[in-house]
Amino acid sequence: MDSTAHSFVDNAHRALHDAKLQHSLGRFKEGFPVKRRAAVDRMPEFDALREAAREIKDHAIANLDLYLERFTERAEANGTRVHWCTDAEAARQRVLEICRDSGARTVAKGKSMIGEEIGINEFLEAEGIRPVETDLGEYIIQLRHEPPSHIIAPAVHLSKDQVADAFRSHHRDYPETRPLEEPEVMLAEARAVLRQEFLAAELGITGANMLVAETGSVVLVTNEGNGDLTQTLPRVQIVIASLEKVVPTLEDATTILRVLARSATGQDLSVYTTFTTGPRRGGDLDGPSEVHVLLLDNGRTEMLGNEFREMLRCIRCGACINHCPIYAAIGGHAYGWVYSGPMGAVLIPNLIGIEEAGNLPNASTLCGRCEEVCPMQIPLPRMLRQLRDRQYRARNSPAAVRYGLSGWAFLARRPALYRLAMSLGVGGLGRIGRLKRNGGRFRRLPFADGWTGTRDLPAPAGKTFQQMWSERGGRRQ
Amino acid sequence: MTGIALHSHDMPEHRPTVGLFVTCLVDLMRPAVGFAAVKLLEQAGCDVVVPAAQTCCGQPAYNAGDVADAKALARGVIDAFARIDYVVLPSGSCGGTIKVHYPEMFADEPAWLDRARDLARRTFELTTFLSDVMKTGPIAGRLEAATAYHDSCSGLRELGIREQPRALLSGIQGLELREMDEAEACCGFGGLFCVKYPEISEKMVDVKVDAIAATGADHLIGGDMGCLMNMAGRLQRRGLDVHVRHVAEVLAGTCADAPPIGESETSQAKTKIA
Amino acid sequence: MSDARETILGSIRRALDRREPADVAAAAVAARLTNPKANVIPERGRSQGTDALERFVFEAERVNATTERVADLASVPERVRAYLQAANLPAVVKVAPDPDLAAIPWDREPLLQIATGKADDHDAVSLTGSFAGVAESGTLVLLSGPESPTTLNFLPDYHVAILFVDRIVGSYEDTWARLRARAGAGVMPRVVNWITGPSRTADIEQTLLLGAHGPRRLHIILVDGASSSAETS
Repeated sequence: MDSTAHSFVDNAHRALHDAKLQHSLGRFKEGFPVKRRAAVDRMPEFDALREAAREIKDHAIANLDLYLERFTERAEANGTRVHWCTDAEAARQRVLEICRDSGARTVAKGKSMIGEEIGINEFLEAEGIRPVETDLGEYIIQLRHEPPSHIIAPAVHLSKDQVADAFRSHHRDYPETRPLEEPEVMLAEARAVLRQEFLAAELGITGANMLVAETGSVVLVTNEGNGDLTQTLPRVQIVIASLEKVVPTLEDATTILRVLARSATGQDLSVYTTFTTGPRRGGDLDGPSEVHVLLLDNGRTEMLGNEFREMLRCIRCGACINHCPIYAAIGGHAYGWVYSGPMGAVLIPNLIGIEEAGNLPNASTLCGRCEEVCPMQIPLPRMLRQLRDRQYRARNSPAAVRYGLSGWAFLARRPALYRLAMSLGVGGLGRIGRLKRNGGRFRRLPFADGWTGTRDLPAPAGKTFQQMWSERGGRRQ
Repeated sequence: MTGIALHSHDMPEHRPTVGLFVTCLVDLMRPAVGFAAVKLLEQAGCDVVVPAAQTCCGQPAYNAGDVADAKALARGVIDAFARIDYVVLPSGSCGGTIKVHYPEMFADEPAWLDRARDLARRTFELTTFLSDVMKTGPIAGRLEAATAYHDSCSGLRELGIREQPRALLSGIQGLELREMDEAEACCGFGGLFCVKYPEISEKMVDVKVDAIAATGADHLIGGDMGCLMNMAGRLQRRGLDVHVRHVAEVLAGTCADAPPIGESETSQAKTKIA
Repeated sequence: MSDARETILGSIRRALDRREPADVAAAAVAARLTNPKANVIPERGRSQGTDALERFVFEAERVNATTERVADLASVPERVRAYLQAANLPAVVKVAPDPDLAAIPWDREPLLQIATGKADDHDAVSLTGSFAGVAESGTLVLLSGPESPTTLNFLPDYHVAILFVDRIVGSYEDTWARLRARAGAGVMPRVVNWITGPSRTADIEQTLLLGAHGPRRLHIILVDGASSSAETS
């Protein structure tokens, strides 16, 4: 997928002035966080589960080589073909080869963020193969030629009218004038259309929520059942998974599942949790004849070796996004690439470069709500700060910030000079404030446009606390 | 071991000396909060000193990725407040920097790490110090106000400040606390964030201001000048009649000494008449 | 392919700073894999017997499944007929070729058309057995195999699942233990399906709708009595 992360500020500006998007975001905020809270309240051991889940992922990541080898061995023993891919291009080529070998022309797709990462749909289309997204939200945005705006709710930015418009322009077999106001009606139509696609598809592609080393199984979680139809009906199945999805045992996967849906949608479990281990076996009446698993690096081993290793714990639940006030203000598309919210602001610069995505780690107040709700306790604010550190050291921070900060730090390291400068500054501003007789506040200050563009700035009192403390003869030590 | 009084670890037996870390914003924008803090600390039985060598805790530099400058400032703070029983700040945000982030910054410098940890151990945000260390209980006073309370993010999530200010305020007669929706949401200040991304910040502060307005409160109280100036600035720009106060001023009963944050003497006079 | 494998494993080992053959790490990993241990099992997953049954029913209904309880398999045909009638459905059912269900006396309801096998697109109603029911979340566990085609769980609009009461366990971990006892450690059926309520989506304006791609309705018939296929009614 092409990135627009470099134009984050413009993207955000457009998002803030998009009335339909703002309406959708308003509704969104009420949903997931409230449901998560209720689910967590119903599970007194939630924090203990989080601790256990974190330990599992830390252990798996610290032994990633061993678990991936074990997974591969068990998967191959069960007839799965495992393909290791270093980058997006390698993964795309491998998918294409499998499609060509199987003669596939229609591909059913389960929602996969890795699929978005490697831009598999655009690639297959260019090769004359038709991918059909089967998750309802993902199908809607595929019709609209948009990327997902949320990792678990791809069409959360849309209103039902926009969905109806997309269906009217693409479902040409249905009467033009049919009623399409109610979500139930739209769902029934999408279900009928997609059912035929499922039956026609020669090949299915899904992502994976986890890989189980103990058994060589792939764990896939959905609410709609589209993932299961995708991995049951077509003759050939491809699973694309990034390296860090592997966990040791079924019990370990189970523990993570206990925090996944609760953190994501506030369900105890998603409706369908499926453990798939290889292709159809002797006597089976259904299931694919071939199963391929692509293990994709695409930047993961680099993160494994640097200060962002803990990000590999992420299980893509979306809780950080659902609780992020920045995301709530601008939605997912403004981030400009596959991911969004706090996890996106950490992942995107790591995966496509800080030069391209430099705004993302800065566009945060570091309020800490993301880390608070993260089931994997990923220190997202610390990582955002580390990305800023990386930028600062690479001298990629804006000059105004750099000079402003150095000037400030220069003074602040010299207490006497600092006190003098502050008292002069405060005295000056205070006098201007009083002269303007505008109620002791500034409605516009030339060097503080960012502030006074939207808020009043109180005029300083005229003397600093330090000056007044000295004048009153207060104790210094 | 039986002879040791149980409270000896958490409640000082002698009259403790407290170093007030004024913080930049209080120093520059609202000295009244500093004096309110001094009054509260003295009432609670502390001797207050204000080390002259203090400047900035370094948070702006740290949050901008300028770790070198942040560490230089942190060393200055560690030196300035050496050998004082406690360090108290009228800010959860600067308090979080000292208590949580100084030890992070010096993780690789053992000598400074020890000193950073020692300072972190002695450092408290004002309301937690009064409530948890000095155990003052509710503070008596009077203010006719229906008030919303803003829990600043750093204080809430880094230092666990939530109940302490409310407990202290429960002694203020006439004060009715009205909790708002989105109580735990950030106000959009975020230091440099609000000037670098003013449009996003505006949207965030509007969410907050709407939540405040929805409570019908006529006051907003909080513990961090940055957030309070941000919300006061937006409340005033939107013409909403909500008076913004730092919790120290309300607890110290010194509201008469200065108009509400962002308001002038004349508007305060109007309020009083009203 | 093996090049990529070696490249990636090499990157991982460098990133993990593995200097020598990592015997200690390998031993720890092997131990964890050979002897899988449960982590935290919440109180909710610890119920047994009647408590587990009640919890299962409560949780399953909470996620929009429907349940009813019968004394034995002999009662199933009449209950299925009544269910289809109430839902205004044709009396046609695709049944899993499951030996556990072989004892159902379908001939007691001559109007029911029963076929066995996998599901096709035109099948409106399926009937399957269940390997287990997990009380913790009202989850059904189904294993694929010749007697239990996976399509039955997903293609029809209505899924009726038979669950013997003695197969209700407290937690998911209990089902892994039962599975290992049955098939052997590390051996998995091709598919293990955990099913927690009927299919749903909230992708249009966060409105919760049932029946996105999988079944719109999930009806669980809880059967008392022995679950072994050898003992017929």
